[in-house]
Amino acid sequence: MRSKGLVIGLGLLAVAAGGAAWTLMDRDAGPDVVAARMEPVSYQLPEEAIPAELADAGAEIVVNNCTACHSLEYVTTQPRGMGEKFWHDEVTKMVKVYGAPVEPADAEAIAKLLGERFG
Amino acid sequence: MGGIDRRFFVAGAGAALIGAVSKSSGGNIALPFANGARPLVKLPGKRQMILLTSRPPQLETPFSVFNSGLLTPNDAFFVRYHLSGLPTEIDPRSFRLAIGGHVETPLQLSLETLRRDFPVSEVVAVNQCSGNSRGFFSPRVGGGQLGNGAMGNARWQGVALKHLLAKAGVRAGAAQVTFNGLDNPPADGIADFVKALDIDHALDGEVMVAFAMNGEELPFLNGYPLRLVVPGHFGTYWVKHLNEINVVDKDFDGYWMKTAYRIPDNDCRCVEPGTKPDKTVPISRFNVRSFLTSHIDGDRAGAGRTTELRGIAFSGGDPIKRVLVSPDNGQNWQEARLGEDLGRYSFREWKLGLTLARGQHTLHVRAEGSSGETQPMEARWQPAGYMRNVVETTTVEAV
Repeated sequence: MRSKGLVIGLGLLAVAAGGAAWTLMDRDAGPDVVAARMEPVSYQLPEEAIPAELADAGAEIVVNNCTACHSLEYVTTQPRGMGEKFWHDEVTKMVKVYGAPVEPADAEAIAKLLGERFG
Repeated sequence: MGGIDRRFFVAGAGAALIGAVSKSSGGNIALPFANGARPLVKLPGKRQMILLTSRPPQLETPFSVFNSGLLTPNDAFFVRYHLSGLPTEIDPRSFRLAIGGHVETPLQLSLETLRRDFPVSEVVAVNQCSGNSRGFFSPRVGGGQLGNGAMGNARWQGVALKHLLAKAGVRAGAAQVTFNGLDNPPADGIADFVKALDIDHALDGEVMVAFAMNGEELPFLNGYPLRLVVPGHFGTYWVKHLNEINVVDKDFDGYWMKTAYRIPDNDCRCVEPGTKPDKTVPISRFNVRSFLTSHIDGDRAGAGRTTELRGIAFSGGDPIKRVLVSPDNGQNWQEARLGEDLGRYSFREWKLGLTLARGQHTLHVRAEGSSGETQPMEARWQPAGYMRNVVETTTVEAV
């Protein structure tokens, strides 16, 4: 361990020395450095529309749950005809893997609706 | 606040937002696969782009942009996020990049310090989303249904990560370096987007903390004020709004390394369509790709006179040796002229004049790297839809 530490230490010294030399060179021949602006930069998320395929009352459970984390194009741009299992797996992944706060009964209903509509 | 309370709170906010009418009045585009209709939208700092998702924002570059120059303009560069908790305001005066973990001296670097105290360098490099072209997979796979526009080539300016790590002093026994940005999960319990590189890779002098692209500060949606640039590697490692670098003494096992962005652990990075790989590894370097940019499927050309074809090729760092074009569906191949060399991580332009007889012509383009890697004639398949690099086909009619 000790010799390994020494080797790494020497390596870093070499890196540091190389860096110092490069700094000198860099100031002569390096790129023009792009200056940092000093005003705060803000970003507003774009407004979202409910896609027509999910705009009816029957799809409210999808809109209410899924939009907690993401816009609905995540649903509507998926390939069609993937089968009910695809949608079931997607919803399960959202809950189990990503930790989406969706009640089990709601998750079932969402998967069923998406499977019927887009499956 | 418990999970349920939080859920209703967040859902409420989301609902308020989506009551509004979308501002996309820029028309639509049909990507050439089923369910490929997409609105064209203009988000802050961007020209009209192909909208994949609004929250978090994901934008694809219209393909015609790739025919207008080797560097992809900042306002046309693709955008990909994973988590919808974007920062809404970043103050460059108070922003700090923290470097810590398994180091001698943790650092807090301002944007001024970064420019002033370290050597600044540049690299021209392609950034490409792992799932670029996923929409063309057959059979189709779930995930972001992208055409070929989730890639771009830029001149990145910043400081090589090795200089920052040298200043902090990497301690013996370091295994990996992790990277985190200001974007956050939308709810408790969702894994923050954190990526890791092996320590040797992090110290190779190529990995860069970039503050500018194409001579300007990074656009907000491309990671202002800092992003990681990992030349030759898929975009998943190019962490945006980078504000936290940690050296760790064992392999990082966060969700976005251990579970997501995995590819089959075999030479072709592929499996039989519809099956799952037995063993996977984290995605890493690009495979070689090439595109015809001067013509799109269904275009017309003049019969009996020279048609100038132009396009781009790139790889994961193995320099492009040659680009071959077939005018006749793969029976014959002609070598194209390579254009200016902006470095082994850049798009490389190619050009070829072809005289086409009257009728339909199925054109192929195929690039080859110096080590002999080339593009497959048949598309390979993997369940996550990453790394598509099949020889592209474009049908042109000479009239």
